[in-house]
Amino acid sequence: METSSLRPAEARPVPAAPEDAAGAPAHLTTADRIELLRAMLLMRAIEARALALYRQGRVPGSFYDGFGQEAVSVGAAFALGPRDRLCPLHRDLGAHLVRGVAPARILAQYMGRASGVTGGRDGNVHFGDPASGVIGMVSMLPDMMCVATGMAMAFKLRGEPRVALTWFGDGATSRGDFHEAMNWAGVQRLPVVFVLENNQFAYSTPLSKQFAVDPVERARAYGFPGVTVDGNDVEAVFEAVLEARVRALAGEGPTLVEAVTMRMHGHAAHDDMRYVPPGLLAEWGERDPIERQQQRVAELGIDVDALRAAVDAEVEAAAAEASAAPMPDPADAVRGVFAEGEPVPLGDGRAPWSGFVEALS
Amino acid sequence: MPTMTYLEAISDALREQLRADERVFVMGEDVSAFGGAFKVTDGFVEEFGEQRVIDTPLAEAAIIGTAVGAAVVGMRPVCEMQFADFVACGFDQLVNVAGKAHYRFGLAVPIVVRLPSGGGFSGGPFHSQNPEAWFMHAPGIKVLAPSIAEDAKGLLTAAIRDPNPVVFLEHKHLYRRVKGEVPPGIYETPMTARVAREGSDLTVIAYGAMVHAALEATEQLDASVEVLDLRSLVPLDEAAILASVAKTSKVLIVDEANETCAAGAQVAALIAERAFEQLDGPIRRVATPDVPIPFSPPLEQAVLPSVDRIRDACRDLLDY
Repeated sequence: METSSLRPAEARPVPAAPEDAAGAPAHLTTADRIELLRAMLLMRAIEARALALYRQGRVPGSFYDGFGQEAVSVGAAFALGPRDRLCPLHRDLGAHLVRGVAPARILAQYMGRASGVTGGRDGNVHFGDPASGVIGMVSMLPDMMCVATGMAMAFKLRGEPRVALTWFGDGATSRGDFHEAMNWAGVQRLPVVFVLENNQFAYSTPLSKQFAVDPVERARAYGFPGVTVDGNDVEAVFEAVLEARVRALAGEGPTLVEAVTMRMHGHAAHDDMRYVPPGLLAEWGERDPIERQQQRVAELGIDVDALRAAVDAEVEAAAAEASAAPMPDPADAVRGVFAEGEPVPLGDGRAPWSGFVEALS
Repeated sequence: MPTMTYLEAISDALREQLRADERVFVMGEDVSAFGGAFKVTDGFVEEFGEQRVIDTPLAEAAIIGTAVGAAVVGMRPVCEMQFADFVACGFDQLVNVAGKAHYRFGLAVPIVVRLPSGGGFSGGPFHSQNPEAWFMHAPGIKVLAPSIAEDAKGLLTAAIRDPNPVVFLEHKHLYRRVKGEVPPGIYETPMTARVAREGSDLTVIAYGAMVHAALEATEQLDASVEVLDLRSLVPLDEAAILASVAKTSKVLIVDEANETCAAGAQVAALIAERAFEQLDGPIRRVATPDVPIPFSPPLEQAVLPSVDRIRDACRDLLDY
């Protein structure tokens, strides 16, 4: 990997996609490859539906999505076992879907309904379903790097074969919590995977104003490897995170996985993206992660149109269910600040990768 | 019953919880090999090992942030900030991550952050602060501030067993200065106020080191002065405060913290709102003026609430 010649003033050079798109990957069955596509389709369909609801005034506040970045959250979450724990970011809806959070609860979350994951206490993707082993993010970035590091510390202290994983963006690498978590995880050789979701812009700020050297280069300075993958190739993201997980479980410590992608929508729905250089969106549009996976799956002889139709129907039903759900009771606004009694342990999320299913059976 | 210093009582609580509950571990800067800057965890690593007495990098945000992570997967971390002042570096993790998790999605975060706080010995602007009010203003965090050895042990035990984030203010000036009988074995002190001395003419409300200043200031007064030790700031024992004011009709509130929006300001607001009819004089406050805590002894003594200032305020009120 080149370091000195890296010029982050320009958009990150993107690693080449696999030439043989239909070539069977080492760790994925046909069912896995379909599931990866299905999760990405579901993420995009939910976010498209939610964006429409936002424009109709039915989603309060602001609306953030991960359009174009679906492969990063889906691919990484797919590499996690049921007892692993994760802290997704606001463009990582796919991680929640892989772990099994129902679309109706997610749409209700956006709409501030009582049946949303936070019952209306927090908005958009600021949620984590404890039953799925997911910790919700906060808006101060990348705070969850420290939290994931702490989960990994507990796993190591107890000698449990589990990993923690968290995502964060290019902008978040400028804050001190990035350094504190990277250093801590490196010093203690913790089973944690850091996924840097490099989507070219932090709100309107391009990489050239964020760092002088690509942050993936920093990993080595903290004593562990940093690898760059094509963040628009869901199978490549999966493979990189799977490898990082294997390293973590072998006691070899953390890995920084940089997934290079592009935020195809504005920072939030209000953002017209006037700061994005002409042509960049078109260039990345050619590399759409869903199109790519759809082509692979189609070449396996799968009816992707039927898959798409099933996903769309599922999202329509979820939207109807969420729209019919009641708003929260105002009296609930002052409840639940403090916990009482023994905490309920986090649940184990869905872990659909065939490798885990086989290991369990 | 054994007699212990305030510091020994804190160590005792930690040691007993480490023995009783395998989920408990302590971490912080220099807490392991060195036993902590104030020696609270002296000898711990020999008994419990480096896995449970963890020397961390110099990283307050990560100390608190990793504690949150460990807590949500079933551990009971007890973090030490080397000085309470340094919690400013971990403020965000405590206030935004730990404090809001249960409200947002029902996720309990059982962590304790120990804060060696307070001034009086030339610590200067960065080793003398009383930051408790910062956390009173942040929903979801309990705030404890014991004044005597027995309560220091019992409240720290309660904090470690509590399912919420708890900041535990241990006043550095009390560490070796205050001694008292401490029950052996495990016990919890309730997060309520304690009547440190009963009285009927005037109530002095204080917590932490100021309880001792209040007791000393009112010892020789020719009046019956009640001293109420709050012990817990969140939850705040409103019933005990109102009951004492109803009994005496006069109240002085003492904070070692900077005056504006201090814990005592909240207590004053509570009394003004809920006990106005019982008052027979203005609510008076003695606190540190809104300046950083200066280093040089004459400067520091000029700003910290002194026994004389408290006594003068009591006399004014008694004469009112």
